[in-house]
Amino acid sequence: MQDKNFQECVKCTVCTAYCPMAAVNPSYIGPKQAGPDGERYRLKDKAFYDYALKYCLNCKRCETACPSGVRIGDIIAKAKLESESFKPGLREMILANTDLMGSLAVPFSPIVNKALGLDISKKAMDGILGIDHRRTFPSYASETFVHWYRRKAARTQKKFERQIYYFHGCYANYNFTKLSKDFVRLMNACGYGVRLLDKEKCCGVALISNGMGKQAARQGKINLASIRKAGAPVLTTSTTCTMTLRDEYPHVLGLDNADVRENIQLALKFIYEKVESGEIKLAFRDDCRKRIAYHTSCHMERLGWWIYATRLLEMIPGVDLRILESSCCGISGTYGFKKENYEYSQAIGKKLFDNIRDAAADIVATECETCKWQIEMSTGFEVQNPICILADALDVEATRALNGVR
Amino acid sequence: MQTAGFLSGKRCPVVKANTQYYNMSVKKHYDVIVIGGGITGAGVARDCALRGLKVLLLERYDLTNGATGRNHGLLHSGARYAVTDAEAASECIKENMILRKIAAHCVEETNGLFITLPEDDLAYQKKFIDSCRNAGIDARAIDPQEARRMEPAVNPDLTGAVLVPDGAVDPFRLTVYNAYDAQLHGADILTYQEVTGFIKDDRGRVRGVTTYSHADKSEDSFYGTVTVNAGGIWGTLIAGMAGAGINMFPAKGSLLIFGHRVNNVVINRCRKPADADILVPGDTICLIGTTSTRIPIEECDNVRPTPEEVDLLWREGIKLAPSLADTRIVRAYAGVRPLVAADNDPSGRNISRGIVCLDHESRDGIPGLITITGGKLMTYRLMAEIATDMVCRKLGSITPCTTADTPLVGSDENARPDKEKPAASTYRAAWGRHGSNIKDIASGSAKDKSVVCECEEVSVGEVSYAIETLGARNIVNLRRRTRLGMGPCQGEVCACRAAGLIAKADNCADKAKKDLASFIQERWKGMYPVTWGATVREAQLTSYLYQGLCGLDHYASESREERPVIQGGRNNEI
Repeated sequence: MQDKNFQECVKCTVCTAYCPMAAVNPSYIGPKQAGPDGERYRLKDKAFYDYALKYCLNCKRCETACPSGVRIGDIIAKAKLESESFKPGLREMILANTDLMGSLAVPFSPIVNKALGLDISKKAMDGILGIDHRRTFPSYASETFVHWYRRKAARTQKKFERQIYYFHGCYANYNFTKLSKDFVRLMNACGYGVRLLDKEKCCGVALISNGMGKQAARQGKINLASIRKAGAPVLTTSTTCTMTLRDEYPHVLGLDNADVRENIQLALKFIYEKVESGEIKLAFRDDCRKRIAYHTSCHMERLGWWIYATRLLEMIPGVDLRILESSCCGISGTYGFKKENYEYSQAIGKKLFDNIRDAAADIVATECETCKWQIEMSTGFEVQNPICILADALDVEATRALNGVR
Repeated sequence: MQTAGFLSGKRCPVVKANTQYYNMSVKKHYDVIVIGGGITGAGVARDCALRGLKVLLLERYDLTNGATGRNHGLLHSGARYAVTDAEAASECIKENMILRKIAAHCVEETNGLFITLPEDDLAYQKKFIDSCRNAGIDARAIDPQEARRMEPAVNPDLTGAVLVPDGAVDPFRLTVYNAYDAQLHGADILTYQEVTGFIKDDRGRVRGVTTYSHADKSEDSFYGTVTVNAGGIWGTLIAGMAGAGINMFPAKGSLLIFGHRVNNVVINRCRKPADADILVPGDTICLIGTTSTRIPIEECDNVRPTPEEVDLLWREGIKLAPSLADTRIVRAYAGVRPLVAADNDPSGRNISRGIVCLDHESRDGIPGLITITGGKLMTYRLMAEIATDMVCRKLGSITPCTTADTPLVGSDENARPDKEKPAASTYRAAWGRHGSNIKDIASGSAKDKSVVCECEEVSVGEVSYAIETLGARNIVNLRRRTRLGMGPCQGEVCACRAAGLIAKADNCADKAKKDLASFIQERWKGMYPVTWGATVREAQLTSYLYQGLCGLDHYASESREERPVIQGGRNNEI
């Protein structure tokens, strides 16, 4: 039976008012028309609104704004997957297969990182693939997190009384392993052993937005099977992975995750709730004198959980936390890498970049990896995941003692 | 996103609109005067014009205001009548094939299913198919599983299915384009011009009509050699003014409009025709209907669906397509079928849905007057042909009818835009509504392309086209010519934009504000019987916007008083 969520729309148009793309691009008709209005027309003829779908960032700010509970972004994402005009090309394959590219790149990371930074290769990618030459690619780690974990951490995890599973995602595995290692350190100090899932595949968000729905669904099934098998909380450090696993799986890919959805949690939310209930105690060093500007990424906004991140950061003594006005940075995963989107991407982010400069903070905090790339590239400010900030400021010995870790 | 602006424009001292419909210069003498701007009247006007006659069409309010605008919009294959009325069935299938050809832009070729449910007698299917075949309808029994593949919305419990060449037809466009086509062939079309009496010479021959203009509140008279009464159910009152009696039996039928298409194939029940057993996909929506209740002629101007009818339609509809159970209903409405008793049957027991063409000269001794009535939307062309043949006999003309072969303006399929080519949705939607007439819709400037009605994708260019070419002078006229305000929000977003454009065209904001108030009121009337779920939230938001924010209450009460009440209270509320 068809999903009729779109018929709850009462045309108040608040979604379009909140759409970062509609604000900078007059050619985009906005989420209301591309989403629920369009869905009505697509029931008659799939070709309707086809031209408009490509503008959607999948930021989900429309869904956050909607007072009628219409899953506008999901409707658009689904229409895009079903559309004939979004067949992925080589560029899409490369950008979306983060898993594959990561495993190929990591063994040769010094060469790959060097090559990705060269002007000539940037020009070549621009000319041949349509990946904008002005973009900076995230560098690859010399060893994947999973490899490191098996080598260094796996043996010690079983001794903890309490266990959680970690869905690390691609970025924390192939690129920025400090995040995943910090997470293990933090959880261990709090008395939790960190386990990896039986099989973890990329959550598939980039596949969805690049028109590879079938592959995303295949990977999703593998992930859900592993999550089911785990039977314990599965924590994540990426907001986008979390949203994909929890919400896009059922709404866009049609994968039923109702039995495990509540088990999939953002680590920051999990930790905060345990601190609240007294099951986790945190002790911080007092030498962390920093002004932190917190940026609410779009998918954190959609999850509605930024409050957990900011409350935790505020617990660090000496931290001067400034919460930036919530707005999209413009990169939206692989979207901003595409040549034709670069200008829009930067125009959308301008407000945020200005706000960051005005805040005159030491660092910017956000959970989203692609926001990190975009903000670092566009403002020069250092961007950290709150998990890393917490781990860096943590008094490990004191925390271990408080949580009864021997 | 660009959208049209809100009300602007100066107050104008004199409001003069609707009289100079289609910017024509009205003559006084015609070969033929046609009374009634429904599909029959528009069809007769076109047929007369194509045969070279000087013709004037008079409509009391807007085109399609009566039964024409209040039906299923079903392009009958005739299968529904095959068992009970072989003649009607064979008329339907012939006209069905003709309309596909001559009015492609008004027709959607969806096909239809006649399904048997467990509670129905499967044995009826054989009789049904045999009757269809006898009437020339290509009816074919298909496997229920195949029916489900063809139309996933169909009740999965079905035990049998028959595929027939049903379709959907837009009665508004069909009528407006018949009238426009007539006008292109020299006809004059006058709306908001009510016939108040007949002008007869001393030998009792009808020589013309006296009229009252609802637009500028003036009286007038027009002369014609032959007058054709195509007033639908109101035709009995019109004939009465000339002194002729027609035994009409008004039958009210109610329908529900759902917010989006649930089915893409027409779904019927394979049983003896009954209430609420046809579900038609029409453009962006689908409709379930109908009921059938006899009502007195005095009530014809104010028919409304009752709560019992809404309940019945919904319950029966769910049996055809279970998905309707949680599909948003945007509107309920009712129309009146002009059923006529045969002349030799004053009791009305032998009511026909067949075509009735009365020569009042031989029947009642009133020369110069013809009544064409009965029939169906489907057979309007044939009705027009029969009536025009009679007109020609009276005028001594032998020009043959060509409407079965002459395409209606806009139905040039060769002009269809490339389906694969990306196009703005307003363009796609406008093509669906106006066919090759789309060439006359401006889409050059950003303003032309900007959206007025977001539910139905109506652009400023399309609204301007409807005003300048299709004679729209108020928002209700616009709705019928473009689908503006027919979507799930029922005018909430577009009505004020449309009023702004009308105000600009008239250079009068005051009239447009009153028009806006009555349009919103009219939309609310149709929502009222089905206000639950999302529709209730929509209505609340609309009321907040127009009552609370714009303060239109004041105008609403004024505009109601302005509605003229003449001719024994035949004040039509749309």
